[in-house]
Amino acid sequence: MLAYAIQRILLFAATLLIASMIVFAVMNILPGDAAQTMLGPTATPEAVASLSHKLGLDQPAPIRYAHWIGGALRGDLGLSYAYGSPIGPLIASSLAVSAPLALMAMAFAAAVGLATGVYAADRRGRVGDAIVMGASQVGIAVPNFWLAILLVIVFAVTLRLVPAGGFPGWQEPARALGALILPAVALGAAQAAILTRVTRSALIEALNEDFMRTARAKGVSRRAALWRHALPNALTPILTIMGLQFANLIAGAIVVENVFVLPGLGRLMLQSISNRDTLVVENGVMLLALIVIGLNFIVDIACAAIDPRLRASAE
Amino acid sequence: MSHALRFRPRGGASLWLGAALVGALIAAAAVSLVWTPYPPAAIDIPHRLAPPSAAHWFGTDNLGRDVASEILAGSRISILVGVVAVSIGLAFGVALGLLAAFAKGLTEDGIMKLSDFVFAFPALLTAIMLTSTLGPGVVNAIIAIGVYNVPVIAKLTRATANGVLSREYSLAARAAGRGPVAIAFDHVLPNIAPALIVQATIQFAIAILAEAALSYLGLGAQPPQTSWGKMLADAQNVLYNAPRLALYPGVAIALSVLGLNLLGDGLRDALDPKLKART
Repeated sequence: MLAYAIQRILLFAATLLIASMIVFAVMNILPGDAAQTMLGPTATPEAVASLSHKLGLDQPAPIRYAHWIGGALRGDLGLSYAYGSPIGPLIASSLAVSAPLALMAMAFAAAVGLATGVYAADRRGRVGDAIVMGASQVGIAVPNFWLAILLVIVFAVTLRLVPAGGFPGWQEPARALGALILPAVALGAAQAAILTRVTRSALIEALNEDFMRTARAKGVSRRAALWRHALPNALTPILTIMGLQFANLIAGAIVVENVFVLPGLGRLMLQSISNRDTLVVENGVMLLALIVIGLNFIVDIACAAIDPRLRASAE
Repeated sequence: MSHALRFRPRGGASLWLGAALVGALIAAAAVSLVWTPYPPAAIDIPHRLAPPSAAHWFGTDNLGRDVASEILAGSRISILVGVVAVSIGLAFGVALGLLAAFAKGLTEDGIMKLSDFVFAFPALLTAIMLTSTLGPGVVNAIIAIGVYNVPVIAKLTRATANGVLSREYSLAARAAGRGPVAIAFDHVLPNIAPALIVQATIQFAIAILAEAALSYLGLGAQPPQTSWGKMLADAQNVLYNAPRLALYPGVAIALSVLGLNLLGDGLRDALDPKLKART
C-alpha cells in the first residue's frame, strides 16, 4: 500500500505541475495582451505599457510563471484588477458558497443514485427496473440550468415558498442552507441519474460473480448478500465515477450559481471574465483544477484501500 | 472492409425512438434553412410576450420575436457545434489513440496520461479559460468542447485498437509484412468503427448540453445568433410574466439529448452486441 501511495503522490504532484503550466500558457501565451484586454480597445499604448509594467506582464513568461507559483505557495495570489483587493480572500469567500453547494449536490446525487441503482439491480428486468432506467435517461438529458429554472418556476414563482435566488450569508446558517437546497438538487439530479446507471450495472456484474452463489449457498439471505457481498465489490467503479462526477459538479456549479444568483466561485469567474480580470480567472481555474486533480488522487487511494487487487498491480 | 459494420436488427425501442428524435432535430434544422414562420431575429415590440396563437404557435418573447421560429433556428447552432466538436474529437482522438496503440511504451503512457489529464477538465472550464483570453463566441465554444472530446475518443480508440491488434488476423497481417498504416486502415479502423460511432453519438449529446450552458452564460452564441441556451437566459428575465418561455427551449434541448443518448444505446446493441452491458 505504501509503495502505491508514494507512486500516486508523485503522480499527483506531477499532474498539478503540468496543470499549472497549461493554465498559465492558455491564460498568458495565447494571442491577446492581458493589459490591452483589461483597458479595452480605446486605451493609449502608454496606458497599456504602464499597466503591463504594474502587473509585471513585461517580464518574460518563465519569470512570470515562477512569480505566480511562488506567490501562490506563500498564499499570495495577487491583486484583483477590478475589485482592487487581494484575490485570495475573494476566492475564499466565494468558496464558502460553492464548496457547500457542490458537497450538498454530491450528497444528493449519491443518496438518490445509490438507492435507485441498488433497487434497479435488485429488480432487474422487471417493471421497477424499467421505470428507474427510463427516468435516469430523462435525468441525464435535462440540462442542470434548465432544471434550476424549472425549480424556480415551481417553488418561487408559483408556490412562492422560497425566494427565486440570492444568498443571505452564513450569519444565518439555517436560511443559508435553505438557499442552497434547490441549487443542490438542480446540480445533483443529472449526476444522480448517471450514478443510478453505474451502480446498477456494477452491481449486476457483482451479482453474477461466483462468490455470490457461494454466499447464497451458505445460507446468506438475498438482501444480506446484496448489501454485504455485492455492493462492496461494486464500489470501485462507483467511486471512480463519483470522482469524475465531482469535476462535472464543480463546472456545473458555475452555471447553476448563475441561475440562483449565488455569490460562488462560478459567479466570481464569470464576473471576472466580463470585467476582463484575467488574474482572477487564472487563479479560479487553477483552484478548480487543483480540486479535480486532488479528488482523483483521493479516489485512487480510496479504491486501492477497498480493492487490494489494484495495489498488487502497482507493486 | 470487415463485416463489423453490417447492421443486425437489434437495437429495439431505444434505437427507433432515438432515431426519430434525432431525425426530428435534423429536420428542424433543415427546414429552418429555407423556412421559418417569421425571421427568427425579427423584433416586434408591440406584440411582445404574446401567448401561443395561430399566428405565433409558441407565442412571442420579451422582444416580440416568434418563439417557434427561434426554436427552429436554434437547432442549427446545436447541430453545428455538435458536428464540429465531435469531428475535432474524432480527428485528433483517433489519431492519438492509434498512435498510442501502435507505438506502445513511453508514447502510449504519455498519450494516456495526457488524456486522463485533459479529461479531468470539464468542457465548461476549458471554455471559460478560452473565452476569457480570446473572447466569447461560437467558435471558441466549439474549440473548448472539441478539446474535451479528444481524450474521450483517444482512450476508447486505444483500448479497442489494442483488442484488435492482439487478434490473430492482425498478427497474421503483421507477419505477412504489412505496415502499421495498412493494418490500421484495413483491420483496426473497420473493427473499432462501431464503438467509435456509438461514442460519437453520446459526445454529440454532451456537446449540445455544453453549448446550451455556454450560450446561457453568454459565452457561446452571440446576438443575433439564436441558440436554445441564450433563449433560456432571455426567458429567465421574464420568468414572473411568462414562465412558459422557459419551457420550449428546455424541452428542445432535453429531447435532442435524450434522442442522441437513446440512439447511442440502440446503435451499441445493434452494431456491437459485445459492447452491450452484461445484464
